Amino acid sequence: MNLLERLQSLTERFAQSALETAGPQAERIAALWWLFFWVCTIIFVLVVAALVFALYRGRARSVEESSGPAVTLDSGREAGIHRKIFGLIVLTAIILFAFLLATEMTGRSLASLTSSGGVTIELTGYRWWWRARYLDPAPERIVVTANEIHIPVGKPVLINLYSRDVIHSLWVPELHGKRDLIPGHPNALWIQADRPGRYDGQCAEFCGQQHAHMRLIVIADPPDRFDAWLDAQRVTAQAPGDDTAKRGMEVFLTGSCALCHAIQGTDANGQVAPDLTHIASRATLAAGTLPNTPGHLAGWIVDPQHVKPGAAMPPNSLSAEDLQALLAYLKGLR
Amino acid sequence: MTTLAKTGVRDTDLTAAELHAALERVWEPPSGFIGWFKNVFHKPISTRFIFAALGFFALGGVLALLMRLQLAMPENTLLSPDLYNQLFTVHGSTMMFLFAVPVMQAVGLYFVPLMVGTRNLAFPRLNTFGFFVYIIGGVLLWVALFLNIGPDTGWFSYVPLSGPEYSPGKRVDVWAQMITFTELSSLVAAVEIIVTVFKLRAPGMSLNRIPIFVWAQLVTSFMVIFAMPAVMLASAFLAMDRLVDTHFFNPAEGGDALLWQHLFWFFGHPEVYIIFIPATGIVSMLVQTFSRRPIVGYTAIVLSLIATAILGFGLWVHHMFATGLPQLGESFFTAASMLIAIPSGIQIFCWIATLWTGRLLVRTPLLFVAGFIFIFVLGGLTGVMQASVPIDLQVHDTFFVVAHFHYVLIGGAVFPLIGGLYYWFPKMTGRMMSESLGRVNFWIFFIGFNLTFFPMHQLGLAGMPRRVYTYLPQTGWGPLNFVSTIGAFVLSVAVIVFLLNAFVSYRTGALAGENPWGADSLDWSVPSPAPSYNFLYIPTVNSRTPLWTMEPAQPVVTGMRADILEVLVTELHDATPDHRHLLDGPSIWPFLTAVAFGIGVITAIFTAWGVTIGAVLCFITLAGWFWPAGQPIEDTAREAAPPLGERA
Amino acid sequence: MRAPTINTSAAFDVSELPPIKFGPHATIWWGVIGLLLIEGTMFAILAATYFYLKQNFTVWPPSGTPNPDLFAGSANMALLIASIWPMRIAHRAGLEERRRAVFVALAICSVIGFVSLALRFFEFRAMHIRWDFNAYGSVVWTMLGMHTAHVISSTLENLLITLLMFAGPVERKHFTDTNANAVYWYFVVLGWLPIYAILYFAPRLL
Repeated sequence: MNLLERLQSLTERFAQSALETAGPQAERIAALWWLFFWVCTIIFVLVVAALVFALYRGRARSVEESSGPAVTLDSGREAGIHRKIFGLIVLTAIILFAFLLATEMTGRSLASLTSSGGVTIELTGYRWWWRARYLDPAPERIVVTANEIHIPVGKPVLINLYSRDVIHSLWVPELHGKRDLIPGHPNALWIQADRPGRYDGQCAEFCGQQHAHMRLIVIADPPDRFDAWLDAQRVTAQAPGDDTAKRGMEVFLTGSCALCHAIQGTDANGQVAPDLTHIASRATLAAGTLPNTPGHLAGWIVDPQHVKPGAAMPPNSLSAEDLQALLAYLKGLR
Repeated sequence: MTTLAKTGVRDTDLTAAELHAALERVWEPPSGFIGWFKNVFHKPISTRFIFAALGFFALGGVLALLMRLQLAMPENTLLSPDLYNQLFTVHGSTMMFLFAVPVMQAVGLYFVPLMVGTRNLAFPRLNTFGFFVYIIGGVLLWVALFLNIGPDTGWFSYVPLSGPEYSPGKRVDVWAQMITFTELSSLVAAVEIIVTVFKLRAPGMSLNRIPIFVWAQLVTSFMVIFAMPAVMLASAFLAMDRLVDTHFFNPAEGGDALLWQHLFWFFGHPEVYIIFIPATGIVSMLVQTFSRRPIVGYTAIVLSLIATAILGFGLWVHHMFATGLPQLGESFFTAASMLIAIPSGIQIFCWIATLWTGRLLVRTPLLFVAGFIFIFVLGGLTGVMQASVPIDLQVHDTFFVVAHFHYVLIGGAVFPLIGGLYYWFPKMTGRMMSESLGRVNFWIFFIGFNLTFFPMHQLGLAGMPRRVYTYLPQTGWGPLNFVSTIGAFVLSVAVIVFLLNAFVSYRTGALAGENPWGADSLDWSVPSPAPSYNFLYIPTVNSRTPLWTMEPAQPVVTGMRADILEVLVTELHDATPDHRHLLDGPSIWPFLTAVAFGIGVITAIFTAWGVTIGAVLCFITLAGWFWPAGQPIEDTAREAAPPLGERA
Repeated sequence: MRAPTINTSAAFDVSELPPIKFGPHATIWWGVIGLLLIEGTMFAILAATYFYLKQNFTVWPPSGTPNPDLFAGSANMALLIASIWPMRIAHRAGLEERRRAVFVALAICSVIGFVSLALRFFEFRAMHIRWDFNAYGSVVWTMLGMHTAHVISSTLENLLITLLMFAGPVERKHFTDTNANAVYWYFVVLGWLPIYAILYFAPRLL
């Protein structure tokens, strides 16, 4: 294994990484990074070597008395030093110019990823979660979900970025660099995944108390699976299967849940919190904070402030039966 | 003008011993409790400045340790998110506004008069005012933190998060007013330094002979003048948005969130150079002294400083690449950001060449210089990486950036500062700092620093964003964070060793004498510690390294008065003597004006009437400040204009 | 290295140099220049803010807000420009250390300052918008307010020196203050030119 691979292997322990890329955008940036990395490393080593040598040489010549100048200047020699420094500066400028050129080329190739008629996702940042809408010319085919987006492998996806409150920043390092979500300044980002898989992202602009827990899961599926997923998401919520789930639906609709959350196909139409129509199909809860298991869901419903202090969701004191019923209902929302 | 009879007591009338006694009488700071507030002399005021700034550095460091403890493990619950956000905001604000900029200016206010060969700063009372304004601002921030109203939106306080809607309460207002205090203080210090360097240089110190440290202070001061107004204005807009419902940053009413970012970074990027340039000035002095030869490339270094200052104003947008700018704009700012590597490169090459061709005196300050070059070059190179838009899009707002700017700010500024304090400690106290403790200090600092911050590069590339109070275990960020936390504690040991060394050496260190390092600049021509009046006779200068090239018959300036606070004013360009100038003496009014200003600004956190109250109080105190003392000083009284009604 | 010796025999005698000088010779003059650089930067950034915010509106002033009325602002402009004349007199008289002339000229300048402030009151009304209505209102009020603050502080300074010339024991150094004061007043007047142009004509011409 050569050094480069060893360095790269260091990064493989991480759940998300800018260097372990999964798409063309991140790949181009990583290539540029490695160019900069190696050139800068060489420069660093050379400068430090020169420094160490200068110290070594200067100390060897030192005379141990601490007063006054000890070097007689020779103008010819000084001119020689000046010439050498000038040469180094020219070299520096050349390297910088090469860096600039490489940057420019990478910038262009990043901008070249577009397509027409592909998937367009409207992603809106809230404190502290993401609303995703899959746009479609037919309004009834629009899909609304939260905190987890699916994309088709191998196809460019356009993400339009908005914020409803403060500035957030979309960052899925395996796919691309950041783009801010700024109120009053709509933004857009093209991404593409070349390998199926789950890619974690995280809000990268400080947005208040729970900035740390504003994660976004991107799941890249082969195109057919992606289409199937999208079709499934288009269907309104499944009706509760048994009595417990029916009771759960009632708890949801008559309690405080429906004030903020929407479940399509029911009367719940709250717009200030994540859409829960297909909550059971998602991998995580609370914007990537918890795995989506009944236990975590129960804990989250009862005391969200314990998991995400400061989050908008209030604690809910439900009786044990109501809670179990609610969980049963939500578990059915696939 | 009437011919001037020789008035007052002149130095030529006195023997050296008598002159010393006479000058001591005039320049001795006022004593007693009230006297402490009336002091207007640059050394005591700067000493307070340095102490206060180091105190804030220690406090900010404690916050850093708390944050590192919180981040040592995933999902740690030591700190609540609310407290963590206050801590990182106050840590950043303290280090930038209360430590780094003030401490560099304080070292300048202390040593610029000594290096240019004069007895005080150009506007002594203004300096005292600036100091008290700074203290009020710093105390405001820290008292707020202890009252749990510490600002919590980051040292950059981005709107709309910091706006009225998303940050109710008074936390952000505290931050905005702290900015007003510290930036005013900084502007005051900048004007002090500019005028002192322009007009109070010793005869012979033409512009091309000014010590590089003084050049660095001068260049920095100009940067302060052009950069600080942007943030003062921005924080005023923010305060108005919050207090009187203006809409500068409210997109719903035509305001703009990005306007804040432009204004903030138009200040914020130069700010980095405002911290870094004086540090390079220190490095140049140290390199010259410890290489025992004139520095290689004096002119190139001075031009590099100026180029850095100018380029520094053209880079602010590189903090905003992720906001989605047009590609052409991005390319411009990429080019400008990379270009700034050239002046920095020039300086580094010149320093290494000086060391290379020198005959070194290896002492603690030189170790800090070497540590500085190592760390700063690394931090500079990661800076070049971030100038590249695509790379920046990945590493922006991650721990990679945290690593980068701690490399350039601790490596680039704190290492030279500590080196500088080791270097100047004898001049300030009369005693040497311990060399053996100094070496221990350096190595712990160097190792601790790299242990703390190097792993953060990797964390950033692995996706860890900045300003998170915790992280999930599955991210895999735990081990490196743990290493970093250990490093932070090693680093704090180094700070303790430094303080210990300073404390012990102050009491028992070897006596230093005038010039223990054999340095070349005028500050080393006076006794250690420097007397209250600095120079018995104003010196004259015949080269860039005056003490190294002094003639046996090097003249001094005579004919100055020994019975009043007189300094010699010289021409801007070639420092030929122009006139003698009477400086203002001790006064309580600068302190009272600072208090009046403080009352106004702090009241303005709660009501807009604070502005009016402050204005009225300041008018009263300023009138007191400038109103002539009842008993005018002899010389000027005689030469004063006749009373109103008589023909002049 | 030679020990630094004090050689008073090869002295550089400055005893005959004057104890005071005016204009760019004096430190206070440079101090004021520093202040003006700071203030000038402040005004430049304020103007940049004005044009930055303008981009967010399709019409300027925003629809529903009429253009600012010209009278009060223009009258103020004329008045401030006219004030340069008495200030010149005060400035010159200060250089010649003529106490009475400084007193009279600065008294006139103080009166002009107060008249200007009265006009300024009507200027705020001539904007036809409140500061809390939208970003346009915020920025025009801030620009006007900022300049007003300068007129106030400069007028008070004029008044203070006028009183000093009348009552106080006048020292020679106070004439360097009148000198610096004049420079500051010129800045306040000249600073009004671009602000006036932007506030009253940018909505009409751009």
